[in-house]
Amino acid sequence: MKNHWLLPEGIEEVLPPQAARLEDLCRRIIDLYKGWGYQLVMPPLIEFLESLLTGTGKDLDLNTFKLTDQLSGRLMGVRADTTPQVARIDAHNLKRDVPTRLCYLGTVLHTRPEYHGGSRSPLQVGAELYGHHGKESDAEILCLMLETLMIAGVTGVHVDLGHVGIYQGLVNQAGLSEEQEIELFNILQRKAGSELQELIKSWSLPKKTGDMFLYLINANGDASVFREAARYLAAASVKVKHCLKELQSVAEFVQKQLPEAPLYFDLAELRGYHYHTGIVFAAYVPGAGQGIAFGGRYDGIGHAFGRARPATGFSTDIKTLLALSSLPYTGQQGIFAPCKNDPALLKLINKLRRTGEIVISELPGQMGNAKEMGCDRKLVRKAGMWKVVKL
Amino acid sequence: MNINGSLTIAVSKGRILTEAMPILEKLDITPVEDPARTRKLVLKTNQAGVKIIIIRATDVPTYVEYGAADMGIAGKDVLMEYTGNGVYEPLDLQIALCKMVLAEPRQRKTINGRLRVATKYVNTTRNYFAGQGKQVEIIKLYGSMELAPVLGLADQIVDLVDTGNTLKVNGLVPVETIAEISSRVIVNKAAMKMKYQIIKPMLKEMNALAGKK
Repeated sequence: MKNHWLLPEGIEEVLPPQAARLEDLCRRIIDLYKGWGYQLVMPPLIEFLESLLTGTGKDLDLNTFKLTDQLSGRLMGVRADTTPQVARIDAHNLKRDVPTRLCYLGTVLHTRPEYHGGSRSPLQVGAELYGHHGKESDAEILCLMLETLMIAGVTGVHVDLGHVGIYQGLVNQAGLSEEQEIELFNILQRKAGSELQELIKSWSLPKKTGDMFLYLINANGDASVFREAARYLAAASVKVKHCLKELQSVAEFVQKQLPEAPLYFDLAELRGYHYHTGIVFAAYVPGAGQGIAFGGRYDGIGHAFGRARPATGFSTDIKTLLALSSLPYTGQQGIFAPCKNDPALLKLINKLRRTGEIVISELPGQMGNAKEMGCDRKLVRKAGMWKVVKL
Repeated sequence: MNINGSLTIAVSKGRILTEAMPILEKLDITPVEDPARTRKLVLKTNQAGVKIIIIRATDVPTYVEYGAADMGIAGKDVLMEYTGNGVYEPLDLQIALCKMVLAEPRQRKTINGRLRVATKYVNTTRNYFAGQGKQVEIIKLYGSMELAPVLGLADQIVDLVDTGNTLKVNGLVPVETIAEISSRVIVNKAAMKMKYQIIKPMLKEMNALAGKK
């Protein structure tokens, strides 16, 4: 059996009627961002690796497809994430002094799926806000992310909030070596509490410091986390306490705007740790074993392009949102037009099409009737006039 | 404890299942049918929302990472071999204890060229030797590793050892312990965030039970 039609693993195509649904959603999302003042940018699909990976972590490097440019001999990469490209646009091309709000929509390519069986070609959509550091911009981005999920018809969203500065501050305070930090990071990411106990014991850290890490690994749950943190992280540095306060104030801000959204806090959330610099957040829904939208603060990424500005943003995969959407979709039915070279008929067809109707012309000798062609009406001639009648 | 809401727990069949059941029973999670007798793979329990699924050890992390199961109980050997990083493993239950060892024939042969190691644990073995700066040829087998050196298929093996009897009767001796193995509780990341009100108290109680042993 021939299987030359087979697509690569994790690469999918979108067929009717899903494709029309997807396109409709894309349009509504971009309109939403427009209304919030986010301007659309279209970064290239492919560019030189140097600029594509500047200021990002090793993970993105491994996740990027690479090829050699036959014109310059330089290495190029297909974008695996649009955010660094947009950050470059802000820092290098726009160079504005006022807060800049940008959004984008386009396919990205991953060398490896995010999780087993995941897509390698997500349709990434996102928004970024440059030029402001504070809870107002963090909250705006988070609210826009939730708004995106809402118009996509994704319900039952849980919001997960964290702050990478808490872990960072504690590591600095403990004076850990680079190797120790890698080990600790690995354990915290898996929340491997039993392993952490053994590790802390083997390092012979001062009890106060060790206890703070042992607390951190389980520091998740509802807003009562902040009360606990005040007690268990009492000996933490000023920086750590500042981060905690920042996280709490963003949470309160968001809760006021979206009182219904269930908020969950995880002080040891380290997703995108080598890239983010402050608040991180993600959206989860029942029925999906992974997060569906991610965002956070990443100040300073523009530094490599000559202009470090505070930055916060989020992104999500529209195809994932569509799969989780509870919105009913009723495809539009068309009007079947007979194959006749009558100027009056042609005029009417054009008029109908301009008003947004689907008019399908019959082809001579074709198979199938109006219904089989996806139409619920047809054009017929009655008393010398062309009219639309129901099937 | 009374569990309000739905929860699916994946458990490796075999020894881990036998040793994990008493712990689940102490949490007041009891299968309606005896898992040793039924052929059903999804077991209802005395608690309406809680289901237990019994699957192959290597599949437990996969079910949990996808979120098909909210939490699972799996051996550290399986977790070390698993390449995904999508699960939390918050708790060492200290059950189904054994060792992962490197073993070789009692009468050691001289090895010319690259060392050949037979194992089911390809990633773990590669990492172990890479950590020692050694490049080895790994031969993936699905069972009866002890046979490989006897018939000259491999020079050494990496396998789990409980009492060490199987090694002994096949003329093998352990060279080094690669890891101490026990069963861990693993949790889907999304489930941890959305069902923390159920999962966190369970972990706390299981932690107390594991500590008592």
